[in-house]
Amino acid sequence: MRRYFSRKLLIYILTFFLAVTIDWLIPRFMPGDPVQNMLSRAMLRADAAEVMYGYYTKAFGLDVPIGQQYLNFWNALFHGDLGTSVYMFPTPVTKVLLRAVPYDIFLLIPSILLSWYAGNKFGAYAARSKWLDNTVSPLGYVLTATPYMWLGILLAWFFGIVLGKFPIAGAYSFNLVPHLSWMFIWDVLKHWFLPFASLFLVGFGGQAIGMRNMIIYELEADYSHYLEALGAPRSLVRKYAFRNAVLPQITGLALSLGVIVAGALVTEVVFSYPGIGYLLLAAIQNQDYFLIQGCFLFIIIGVLFANFVIDIVYLLIDPRTRTGMMGETA
Amino acid sequence: MSLQVEHLTVYYQTLRGDVQALEDATFTIEDGEIMGLAGESGCGKTTLGHSLIRLVPPMRYVRGKVKIDSEELPIWGMEEMNPFRFKKISIIPQYAMNAMNPTRKIGKMTEELLESRKVSFSDTLPELKRRLDMVELTHDVMNMYPIELSGGMKQRMVMVLSTLMDPTLLIADEITSALDVSTQKAVAEMLVEFRNRECCNSVMLITHDLSILYQIADTIMVMYAGQLSEKAATHTMIHSPRHPYTKLLISSLPKVGVKYAEKRLKGIPGSPPLLLDPPIGCRFRERCPVAFDKCLDVPPFLEIEKDHLVACWKEFERDA
Repeated sequence: MRRYFSRKLLIYILTFFLAVTIDWLIPRFMPGDPVQNMLSRAMLRADAAEVMYGYYTKAFGLDVPIGQQYLNFWNALFHGDLGTSVYMFPTPVTKVLLRAVPYDIFLLIPSILLSWYAGNKFGAYAARSKWLDNTVSPLGYVLTATPYMWLGILLAWFFGIVLGKFPIAGAYSFNLVPHLSWMFIWDVLKHWFLPFASLFLVGFGGQAIGMRNMIIYELEADYSHYLEALGAPRSLVRKYAFRNAVLPQITGLALSLGVIVAGALVTEVVFSYPGIGYLLLAAIQNQDYFLIQGCFLFIIIGVLFANFVIDIVYLLIDPRTRTGMMGETA
Repeated sequence: MSLQVEHLTVYYQTLRGDVQALEDATFTIEDGEIMGLAGESGCGKTTLGHSLIRLVPPMRYVRGKVKIDSEELPIWGMEEMNPFRFKKISIIPQYAMNAMNPTRKIGKMTEELLESRKVSFSDTLPELKRRLDMVELTHDVMNMYPIELSGGMKQRMVMVLSTLMDPTLLIADEITSALDVSTQKAVAEMLVEFRNRECCNSVMLITHDLSILYQIADTIMVMYAGQLSEKAATHTMIHSPRHPYTKLLISSLPKVGVKYAEKRLKGIPGSPPLLLDPPIGCRFRERCPVAFDKCLDVPPFLEIEKDHLVACWKEFERDA
């Protein structure tokens, strides 16, 4: 058991190191210069711009050789410092990110969990009868093949423009200041609904299709046939099939929860929803090295953590992994 | 008489038409009889075995009657068969190694299966333990997952499980095929032991391995291309077969004391017909050395000596 976990941990640390290095490299491969970019917006006089350029380059630590920058980056990272945002200068990246994360959680946790739950129930149900299967499965395929932003645009157009029932941008009305009142909560929920619906529908289709296929696979497995041959009622055969079919679905759930902090980039862009996805796009457009790094760092930690949790959960729910692991230590 | 099959015909539905895998099978299995069902791959022996217990698409019931203990089996109905399965008729499947749910402890699975059939698990437990002893499995297997057992152990566990309700007929489908010879012998002997201790009344042992049948079967029935060819007591079948196919089949087996370096083993020239569009009449006709005009009609499966049934016009003529 110990050896199993220490080996896993080593792999995770190695993955973290590599992923963060790539995360550091990627923005620096982008053509252009973030400081130049920032200054050009300020429209300074040429000589002033030059002075400011020198100052900011130093302030962001971009004046030292690239190797030194890399070391400085790790050093700062271990001190919990992700740098200062260029785009929202002078707010520290950590603060910018922490402001955006609640929106992601609020939007994504319900949509992922609900679409997972409903999709699995529905997929298992669809596998039950030919009639349902023939009507529901094509619908599921259409939904899961729909690009998020396209569905988002459709929903925004129909519910926001044609019916005028829902607002189509922001997390709350621009004329409101966040405070605790029923009016504000109602406003937030209204803004939340359309992005939520677009994420839910696409996720739902994918989960339902996945579950339907898994259930059919399990129902054709040898153990299902054996139970049938011994006259076990359908309910028992289905119960076993469902329990076994849901195992891979749990991996899927954990992985989608892992990228939660990445936000749903396109959906957030369509609805101008101020989560990390929206932030990431702005960061890329403004060549904000530090903010891009920060966003990706959240994603990396999220994915690794989710994987780690799955490893543990699998030990608890699937006896095959448990025995496999014990065989390894023995 | 424990099993009576009359004119049983089962086809496989395919897009290109029906595959006539089992045509007009009529035979009986006596109480306590271990009947070996032999034939080459694709001759319909597994189709026959499975159609008696779990007839599902693409298999299609065409006609025929099956009686077990003089009670008619509704083999055409998936749901209607349920009361008979496990209790009257049971199976040790070919896939015994994967027959148990991988994520349930064996004991728990057994309990859920029994309870679902309205049988009390606690009442059955002593008998279950006695049978585990019989096949030399420790009682600990009840607390194990299938993955923790070796292939042979899984096979024995499935044997115990399948016969737990003392079925009238036990279908054993290729149960020795995936095992090494010494394990084969042990499993085969266990099967006889099960019969002797009345864990099951009679056995239909499906295999392509005639040597196993020679050791444990009371009777052997040979099939060819979906039709029954011959059924006789094991000794008669091995030493004085009557059907031309059986004769060639037996003569193609190696014999003790003969050096096959000097004398090549004989095979049967030709290959079995496709059952999508089988030849009319006797399906062995095209490979048969003694075929004649009459063979264009399907020969009936008749008793030409006591307990010796053959489907061959030539043999009927000889006896007439």
